[in-house]
Amino acid sequence: MDRIKIEFDAVSRNESFARVCVAAFATRLDPTLDEINDIKTAVSEAVTNAVIHGYNEQGGIIELTAAIEEDELTIVISDKGRGIDDIEKAMEPMFTTGSDKERSGMGFTFMEVFMDELSVESQPGQGTTVTMKKRIGKTEE
Amino acid sequence: MGRVCTAKRNVIIVRLCGDLDHHVTEQIRNEIDETVANEKINNIAFDFKNVNFMDSSGIGLIMGRYKKIKPMGGEIFVCNLNCQMQRIFGLFGLNGITKRNSKIDMIVNEEER
Ligand SMILES: Nc1ncnc2c1ncn2[C@@H]1O[C@H](COP(=O)(O)OP(=O)(O)O)[C@@H](O)[C@H]1O
Ligand SMILES: [Mg+2]
Repeated sequence: MDRIKIEFDAVSRNESFARVCVAAFATRLDPTLDEINDIKTAVSEAVTNAVIHGYNEQGGIIELTAAIEEDELTIVISDKGRGIDDIEKAMEPMFTTGSDKERSGMGFTFMEVFMDELSVESQPGQGTTVTMKKRIGKTEE
Repeated sequence: MGRVCTAKRNVIIVRLCGDLDHHVTEQIRNEIDETVANEKINNIAFDFKNVNFMDSSGIGLIMGRYKKIKPMGGEIFVCNLNCQMQRIFGLFGLNGITKRNSKIDMIVNEEER
């Protein structure tokens, strides 16, 4: 197993940092350009959620780990922010608590579409952890 | 991104570049809304030629502008979508609210900045 772990401030500037970082790590699996884009998008969504919803744009710490085991990439992104009351509802397409900020409510949907597995754990007042997995190279026969 | 809006004929051209994420959308949104108000033009053309990446924040930006200008009789046009952008537009139903138009493409592509 191959693993990286980073911690960074929950500010919007770090959204691109986080996705580029994971994309660079994932190149070890020799992904296609589409696969890299999928991974970048999913990371961007989870990190953006921590910045906007988790910490309400007031800052905090985001922890990100990524691991490679055989052909599978696992990404875990967590914050110690506000947490989610109703996870099932939050994951519905178009559901957002950020309509005043013009959020589309499509973040979790992006993560679901672009990754093979998505799971969300959250405790109100404690924080949120998003775990995503993707197998690389499975479409090429 | 620096300033991105230019008014030309009856359309506001928004020349996006780089990564369209939460970090940049707020500034772009403000600039577009200001330009719409100042120029009294309701049509917006997003030029994706130099966009490498877009996440759901970009969808929020486009949907938000759509909701704003549609009641005033405006339209949203998109130009120069690469494969990745076309994929995202298709997956997330943006084709229903945005238009592609060869005349608008010509206006957008007429001259480089
Ligand atoms: N890390 C988080 N902390 C707290 N709430 C979250 C977090 N991530 C997501 N949410 C909640 O889930 C909702 C849906 O998230 P998402 O699908 O990304 O859409 P959007 O970000 O556009 O609102 C958010 O509006 C928010 O209420
Ligand atoms: Mg989101």
